[in-house]
Amino acid sequence: MSDFIFLYRNSPAAREAAMGTPEQRQKNMQRWMAWMRDLEGKGHLKSAGQPLDRSGKLVRGGSKAVTDGPFVEAKDVIGGYSIIEARDLAQAAELAKGCPALDGAEGSVEVRPVLALEM
Amino acid sequence: MPHQPVDLHEHLFRHEAGRMTASLTRLFGVQNLALVEDVVQDAFCRALEIWKLRGVPPNPSAWLMTTARNRALDVIRRERTARTFAPEVTRLLETEWTAAGVVAEAFSGDVVLAEQLRVMFSCCHPDLAEPAQIALILNILCGFGAPEIAAAFLTGRAAIEKRITRGKRVLAGSSTLFDLSNADFAARLSAVHRALYLLFNEGYHGASTQGAVRAELCEEAMRLTALLREHPVTRTPATFALSALMALHAARLPARIDAAGELQSLWEQDRSAWNHALITEGQELLDRSAAGDELTPYHVEAAIAAIHATAPTLEATDWNAIVTLYDRLMEIAPSAVVALNRAIAIAQRDGPDQGIEAIERIADRERLGAYPFFPAALGELERRRGNVGEARTYFGRALRLARSDAERRYIERRIPSAE
Repeated sequence: MSDFIFLYRNSPAAREAAMGTPEQRQKNMQRWMAWMRDLEGKGHLKSAGQPLDRSGKLVRGGSKAVTDGPFVEAKDVIGGYSIIEARDLAQAAELAKGCPALDGAEGSVEVRPVLALEM
Repeated sequence: MPHQPVDLHEHLFRHEAGRMTASLTRLFGVQNLALVEDVVQDAFCRALEIWKLRGVPPNPSAWLMTTARNRALDVIRRERTARTFAPEVTRLLETEWTAAGVVAEAFSGDVVLAEQLRVMFSCCHPDLAEPAQIALILNILCGFGAPEIAAAFLTGRAAIEKRITRGKRVLAGSSTLFDLSNADFAARLSAVHRALYLLFNEGYHGASTQGAVRAELCEEAMRLTALLREHPVTRTPATFALSALMALHAARLPARIDAAGELQSLWEQDRSAWNHALITEGQELLDRSAAGDELTPYHVEAAIAAIHATAPTLEATDWNAIVTLYDRLMEIAPSAVVALNRAIAIAQRDGPDQGIEAIERIADRERLGAYPFFPAALGELERRRGNVGEARTYFGRALRLARSDAERRYIERRIPSAE
């Protein structure tokens, strides 16, 4: 088994609009809970990870200029991450398909293998 | 594992939306409802972002209220000079050290309850028609979006949106939310009762064919009526009677739709499927409604529902008591539908001839012209008299008036075959 990071991405506009009414938001929440529970039950959830606030600073190389987060111009923002255990990248990507972040067309999950120390 | 799955109470977000909205409106004022909605939305966004990875906190309601409270303070700091907030608190919001206290108070238990009631009373403004009052209550206090209300009432979404927009304009036209010590309190409480009664009826008898949607409307009506019971000013005998009426009817909901999804009349219902805890609750509420000297239609309707709910079988029902109660209802709240129900009870007590006679004596029965259960009742009584031809004619008429497939099938099942 190898570790993979799931980066949950969504556009700021979609965040505001996608979920509509309180009932839809609750349903969305329940899909997340069910998905997480399923990953955990099957032994894939190494860490549920952390949510990330939308605000932030961006420090650029060279001048080390600090600006407010790049998020205004960014097409999508990372809303959080989890660490998943899977056999290989293909299985990890398959697991990501069940993520409720994909309910909206603008949501995406970036699946990245964590490089292991040993060969 | 850091991820602790805690189940969310069903419809928690809807109910919390109503509570947050009420507290925020107390602070921002009715003219700033759009700003209130933004803050509520933001609280939900935050909840979702954090909870989906960190799990639901032990007290999700308190978490949401705290988040809304903190966001309210942010908004007040940011917009203090640009906006006018609620006139009752606007001076206190001007300085930092009084603002925090006022905001905390707005989110404290008793105040959240009272503000929800004030919003409810404001929604029942006399300038608004009853359907608009109901749409507004569902939208503001129950977190229903326009598409959800449109689906429940089988009305176009645009029409509902228009109703809500106009309703919010009327609300914003008053300088503050309705004050529960207002001189018009009694009249407005009647309007609130009426709106909640109609909301419940829409769920119970309504046009939507989805049982789940209808049950939700009934639940919301019961929840809001329960809020009225919690506050000393709105805890009146009529409030208890309305609550009793709802509980006693809701108790029969599980049997109204059978396993095949078919609408079942009282005649056919499986009485063992009735919710007996709700029946007991309804009877207790009815007992508590007996205080005072005001007899409202809710009292009488609840008493009728109690007789049905406690009768072991249809035959063992005390039809004489039911006819007497319908007589009483005709005195205090006469309507063609009440008269029809009275005639049906007379037919149960005395036989189909007397039932038809009572129907023929309904003065304003042309008002029932579009009501499918009017010809269906006549068809049923003619069938019992053995007049198959007449029965089929009446049922045919009922079929043409049916408003949904469920009603159509319900009537079709009753048509006697031609000899």
